Amino acid sequence: MRFIARRVGFYVIAAWVAITVSFFLPRMVPGDPVAGIIANASIHGCNPYCVKALELEFGVFNHSNLLVQYLQYWGNLFHGNLGVSYFESSQPVTTLIAAYLPWTIGLLGVATVISFLLGTTIGIFLGWRRGSRLDWVVPSATFFQAIPYFFLAMVLIEVFASILKWFPPQYGYDITLTPGWSLGYLGSIADHALLPAFTVVLASAAGFILGMRNQMLTTMDEDFVLVARAKGLHSRRVVWYAARNAILPSVSNFSLAISLVVAGQLLVEVVFNYPGIGYLLFKAVINHDYPLVQGVFVVIVLVVLAANLIADVVYAFIDPRARQEA
Amino acid sequence: MSTDVTTLLAGPEPAPTARGSRAIRFPRSPKIIAGLVILAVFAVLAIIGPIISPYSPNEINQNWVKITCQQGPGLCIGEIKDGVPGGYVPLEVPLGPSSAHPLGTTLLGQDVWSQLLNATRPTLVVAFLAGLVATALSILVGVSAGYLGGSADEGLSLLSNVFLAIPGLPLLIVLASYVPGADTSVIVIGLIVALTGWAYGSRVLRAQTLSLRNRDFVEAARVSGEGRLRIILAEVMPNLLPIIASSFLFTTLYAIGAYVSLAFLGLAGTPTSSPAGPWNWGIMLQQVFDNNAVNTGYWWWWLPPGICIALVGTSLALLNFGIDEFINPRLRAVGLTRKAARKAGIGFRATLGFTPVVGGQKAPVSSVSGSNDGREGSAR
Amino acid sequence: MSEMSPSAPAPSTPSHSFTRQAEPVLEIRGLNVDYGFGTEAVHAVVDCDLVLRRGQVLGLAGESGSGKSTLSMAAIRLLRSPGVITGGEVLFHPRPVEGESSGATIDLLRADEAALRRVRWSEISVVFQSALNALNPVITIGAQFDDLLKVHRPHLSSAQRWDRGVELLEMVGMTGDRLRSYSHELSGGMRQRAMIAMALALEPQVMILDEPTTALDVVTQREILEELMGLRDRLGFAALFITHDLSLLVELADEIVVMYAGRLMERAPAASLFRAPRVPYTYGLLHCFPPMHGERKPMEGIPGSPPDLRALPSGCSFHPRCPWAMERCRKETPVLTRIDASGREAACWLHSDGATVPTELAVADPGDRGLSAATRRVAR
Repeated sequence: MRFIARRVGFYVIAAWVAITVSFFLPRMVPGDPVAGIIANASIHGCNPYCVKALELEFGVFNHSNLLVQYLQYWGNLFHGNLGVSYFESSQPVTTLIAAYLPWTIGLLGVATVISFLLGTTIGIFLGWRRGSRLDWVVPSATFFQAIPYFFLAMVLIEVFASILKWFPPQYGYDITLTPGWSLGYLGSIADHALLPAFTVVLASAAGFILGMRNQMLTTMDEDFVLVARAKGLHSRRVVWYAARNAILPSVSNFSLAISLVVAGQLLVEVVFNYPGIGYLLFKAVINHDYPLVQGVFVVIVLVVLAANLIADVVYAFIDPRARQEA
Repeated sequence: MSTDVTTLLAGPEPAPTARGSRAIRFPRSPKIIAGLVILAVFAVLAIIGPIISPYSPNEINQNWVKITCQQGPGLCIGEIKDGVPGGYVPLEVPLGPSSAHPLGTTLLGQDVWSQLLNATRPTLVVAFLAGLVATALSILVGVSAGYLGGSADEGLSLLSNVFLAIPGLPLLIVLASYVPGADTSVIVIGLIVALTGWAYGSRVLRAQTLSLRNRDFVEAARVSGEGRLRIILAEVMPNLLPIIASSFLFTTLYAIGAYVSLAFLGLAGTPTSSPAGPWNWGIMLQQVFDNNAVNTGYWWWWLPPGICIALVGTSLALLNFGIDEFINPRLRAVGLTRKAARKAGIGFRATLGFTPVVGGQKAPVSSVSGSNDGREGSAR
Repeated sequence: MSEMSPSAPAPSTPSHSFTRQAEPVLEIRGLNVDYGFGTEAVHAVVDCDLVLRRGQVLGLAGESGSGKSTLSMAAIRLLRSPGVITGGEVLFHPRPVEGESSGATIDLLRADEAALRRVRWSEISVVFQSALNALNPVITIGAQFDDLLKVHRPHLSSAQRWDRGVELLEMVGMTGDRLRSYSHELSGGMRQRAMIAMALALEPQVMILDEPTTALDVVTQREILEELMGLRDRLGFAALFITHDLSLLVELADEIVVMYAGRLMERAPAASLFRAPRVPYTYGLLHCFPPMHGERKPMEGIPGSPPDLRALPSGCSFHPRCPWAMERCRKETPVLTRIDASGREAACWLHSDGATVPTELAVADPGDRGLSAATRRVAR
């Protein structure tokens, strides 16, 4: 399908831009940040071996020009080599990311799907039943939308973990248990994931609710919804026709939504000490572990672009106009 | 041959349908008023905050405090406690709210209220600077793309779509970790935030410009030989104003979130280090988090900055809502809300496709075909 | 409910007398429609009576904002919020079933949702101005026939429903494989044809045509209208044809009603109204449009703009634009009354006792010399 092919082409360009920026940025900005980085790293406990690695990484002794370095960087990237972390026991960045990423994908996937479905359903209802008893949801959602995810996480930890003690306040599983396919371990994963997932859902559903309500109101003003009524169809079908069309912009604007949700979740992981990629990024940032920062950035970009591609496939599936578009 | 009547009988659509009414009513909207009031309060705090701040936000209170004896017997407990000489006792920090510290203190005994006051200005400056710069960028890119069309449009649209597809916060983190000055200067951090926040507005503005480009009045200006820049500035831009305003508010909302997030990650400087970064609400939350103060019950420390962020964000969102309703009258609640119906003393819910019938005579259904009313009309 | 196949005996060539004497199928009595409630309410339709007879084409003309669409949408309870019906009745007389005297008359304004749903489309169908907006963009034309037949003809199998769809499309000059198309794959004319085919799917007795050809180019407009009138002659449905283009109605309608500012201004057989208008507003409208056939008259138009329903002038709403306005017109509101022996009706003080009728409004009525619409169509 040409629509999908075009989108894939676009994401390739977007990924190229992101990776190129992250390569050139530390090498191009004024004020010799590399020297600063190395100095900073030494202060933060980077041993001489680590300084050496840093110098190599940023080509301090590398007299080949930037272009050659750039090509080497791409070569490494294609071999899954994102460099070596300075602080996490000098492990390859790829290994670290592989250990942390599944937690994020699991949490993000579940939370985003729930939030999208929940928010969209509530939005459809609010749009359809405008002026009903449930209209208080709209101002509340506006307020929730303005709360930073990490602050909401702090509030929920205080209420549900500290005061009510319903959920554990941090980490991804009970560290006294041995990781494995045991029921206890999996149960503790679920137990630990509930509160962070709830945070992400609560914070992100507001956006989906408001967006879908507005789309629903706009769509209901279209003639074809009135025609469905004029045809004597049942209300269920009329709502379905309106919702089916109203959801299209939500799906085509998914990139914006996922970008905000990812940003929010990264910080939620930090607050919960959840062993995901956001927490890894946070540790990398405070330790000035630049290869790790860069590697995590590249991986997040790729994951988000993949999510966008999935949204595009869904879009092509539900909008015949996109399917047909040359 | 048959022409649209509206062009012959020129005049505005008078029917006050949801679409028809063009009366400017947004200043009356409660959403706009609420948004403006909240925003105004914070603007005042941003200006006078550092002046009315009772303490320096960095001032670390000694963990010793001189006991001031209160009226009445036996209340100078400090003098006997631990037998500390000179009437000083160890202060238990953080202190809860009191008259000396309306919002209590931090773990270091810093006054939270003073921190909050001093943090308001930098937070708002970064948010609005980023909002302004990003909006300027999005106008530049979006309007040019929409108006110029062709390959310029394709290039600029690709650019904004790429920026839209790359997740904002990770890009921000990378930028803020490398760009010098991000941790000390509100200008630098504002510009970085702007760089990651312009793409959405640009896309919306491009779409709107595209539809304006083919309108009669723009066409007329083009035919009469006006310059491109003049057409854009004089004909296109005024019609984009509501959308520009909405895009500015949206971007500012994004910027405040992005800035406090960066600060929370420790990428926006530390006020107590040297060179010192500016205070902001994100830093306050970061210090709470660093000190593991979340699930310890020190709510006075971390609740205020979070609520401030939420309030400013809500005010921006409310303003944005109001403008949205102005741009898209379909979103405006007109007439038949539940409240209006109740006020009119009529119990019903407006359902699409079943127009409500109120009052009127309860005439029995006539079963006589061809009644007189009808005949009169066509009898000859 | 008897289903009529296209070959069943129908009033295929309605004679002159048939159209005149036919029984009413839809009677609108004293209809009042407001936008909004209470003090803010705007009266969009005031005390309107209309009678649509079996097999008749009733034209409803007026400028945009005159309330003609409001009137027709309110009559079938499809008017959107904030529209409220504040009085009157709308009687639908079902087709007499063989063996029984006549079906039970339904007042659409007092019918509940279930009753309305049953009547809708099976008895009264609607064709909107823009088929692009009226067709659901994300499902095929076939699916939009299918949902309809599924609800109203539950005994049909899925294959039968498909066949019925093919049959209907062929009836309007399209090929059956178009059932698989989406609306965006069809041309404007095809879309409107598909919409008309859909409107005919259940053999309704009344079809409401709300500016069905306004969005189309002139050639397509003519094709569609001829198609439509051919179908009407074959199937014998009655049509309420709403348009701002009086010259169109003259060829199509049996009777024309002219509306202004929510009130009926004039009612007359088509030819009479066209040749010998009695009300200044009708006169103005007629001189707005070049006639489709016959000699061209100079266009005069009507000075001024349509009134704002929120601030209607006192007396006759048209008086500020009327060249013959008298003192009385500024004070008293005229109602539609019989003005001569032939049964012509007008709401104008010029025809009251003591007033002098301007020569322009006193042209001899062609009366019975005027041919019925059906005959005129055959003659063409």
